[in-house]
Amino acid sequence: MSQFQLEIQLVASVVAAVCALPGAFLILRKMAMMSDAISHAILPGIVIAFFLTESLSSPLLIMGGALTGLLTVALVEWLRKTNLVREDAAIGLVFSTLFAIGIIMIAQFARDVHLDTDAVLLGELAFVPFDRLIIAGRDIGPQALYSSGSVGLLCAGFITLFYKELKLSTFDSALATTLGFIPGVLHYLLMGFVSMTAVAAFDAVGSVLVIALMIGPPASAYLLTNRLSRMLIYSVLLAIIAAITGYWLAYLLNASIAGCMAVMVGVQFGILFCIAPQQGLLSTRARQRNQRWQFAIKMLVIHLMQHENTPEAVQECRIDHLQDHLEWEEAFAEGVISRAASQKLLRTVGETLELTPSGRQLAQEAIVHI
Amino acid sequence: MQSAVEVRDLTVAYRENPVLWDVDLDVMPGTLMAIVGPNGAGKTTLIKAILGLIKPAAGRIRILGKPYQKVASSVGYVPQRGSVDWDFPTSVMDVVLMGLYGRLGWIRRPGQSEHQVAISALKKVEMDDYSDRQISQLSGGQQQRVFLARALVQDADVYLMDEPLQGVDATTEHAIIEILHSLRSSGKTVLVVHHDLQTVTSYFDEVLLLNIRRIVSGPVSEVFTDENLRHTYGGRVAIIKNPA
Repeated sequence: MSQFQLEIQLVASVVAAVCALPGAFLILRKMAMMSDAISHAILPGIVIAFFLTESLSSPLLIMGGALTGLLTVALVEWLRKTNLVREDAAIGLVFSTLFAIGIIMIAQFARDVHLDTDAVLLGELAFVPFDRLIIAGRDIGPQALYSSGSVGLLCAGFITLFYKELKLSTFDSALATTLGFIPGVLHYLLMGFVSMTAVAAFDAVGSVLVIALMIGPPASAYLLTNRLSRMLIYSVLLAIIAAITGYWLAYLLNASIAGCMAVMVGVQFGILFCIAPQQGLLSTRARQRNQRWQFAIKMLVIHLMQHENTPEAVQECRIDHLQDHLEWEEAFAEGVISRAASQKLLRTVGETLELTPSGRQLAQEAIVHI
Repeated sequence: MQSAVEVRDLTVAYRENPVLWDVDLDVMPGTLMAIVGPNGAGKTTLIKAILGLIKPAAGRIRILGKPYQKVASSVGYVPQRGSVDWDFPTSVMDVVLMGLYGRLGWIRRPGQSEHQVAISALKKVEMDDYSDRQISQLSGGQQQRVFLARALVQDADVYLMDEPLQGVDATTEHAIIEILHSLRSSGKTVLVVHHDLQTVTSYFDEVLLLNIRRIVSGPVSEVFTDENLRHTYGGRVAIIKNPA
């Protein structure tokens, strides 16, 4: 593996990890689409900062983008509060307008510079190693590594420091207000980080794919755990895995690295959606099936108990009678009986069923809880 | 004696529509009061206005003689159960600890002593076996108990509760009422938005009948009359009341 390849994977991993952190909070606040809005709306801010500094690597670019991001959030909220436009429509209106303004600015004024619409939309990770950060004449590595790395450290610091406040205001912002915290300020700080992250990431993966990295890994992590701290850690790890596997997929297919990373984010989610141990599709299905059997077993033992020691027991507790009385299909009735028998809840005596002591106990408990 | 909660000429409006109109209310310390009224009567709005969550168009609110911000740590709030996302990735213990965040202030994390306070609150609502449980696995009644425990850890002087008995099982209802009574006996003031007219007489000392305006408030035995109820609910609702 060459140094270039290593550097690209490093930058891809850092960018992905940085996106995942604020993304986790966006998901929990049901604001996933805000990442799409912000990652597009930052464009005019970036372009203006670029005119001012004539460089794509200035920290001013990140500040400019962050400010436009906050402007987006503020505009959306203002529009929504007028009650004339719903929130989703407000998001659509604001970000597309700002994004379009950015595109026009590039086309009009920046035609001959190293800022073109393709780079903005899709980014180009493969070029990342060419843009070096040189301090005092020494080459210390690709510039993107430092810009996204510093945003990531800031963001991680913010989340660590205000973890408790972020958790409370995300879960119950009314309580946060009554306890003297200021959810509004935290909200804007968080959106500021979403914007800064989007600027840092756009250079590498472009504004279209930022949303994949912000939403995908946290959405996958959400399937794996039910603790916020673990969700954040898993988000970062999954993001790094998607970045590295995405890089090698792109290498194999000779395709866009950012595109392959986004594909891997999707694949990762698809796999976890099916096989996640608690909340995955397969385990949920299995649990539902199991619950259906367990419920049927309870019905059966209650039925048997109620007719136990009564004159009609001989009739009511016959195996073939279950099909008429409970309207169970033959195969289902047999399944229930064999499962109940293997759990030693009942035994078959000739053609009839008899409860064991533990079967009787289950029936008594089940009746109390109905 | 100083009122625990004092509301003067409170008007709240959403744009042109008044939600609360010129409401006055005095609640003495150690009172367990039900807030009763039809849908849209402004019960939740009143609670939120007292907590400073909604800015009134006019009026003055004092808690223990002071504006809310000065006494925030002495006020416990139990919001409607449906106001939060119960799929949020967190545990019962974590939710109860949130009640202590105000006392901790910014940045400081809950430690050993906070965990002990939380455990003892969970014991009071008989949920201490569930402290590690993910909150989405709780039944409605259990969720409500957790919310109550979260308010109890604040050790507040005034409690404001929005429909704590909404959709809970009979056992939970009984347990919650017992806790409300013990809060009252230890001198706390408890205001409860309540929807079940049949139980007002047996559960509460005082009642506020609200329908945008304050219809009447005072001891249940004096003001919870058929006539006042008809006045509150209009002619639309037939009111069935247990004879006191």
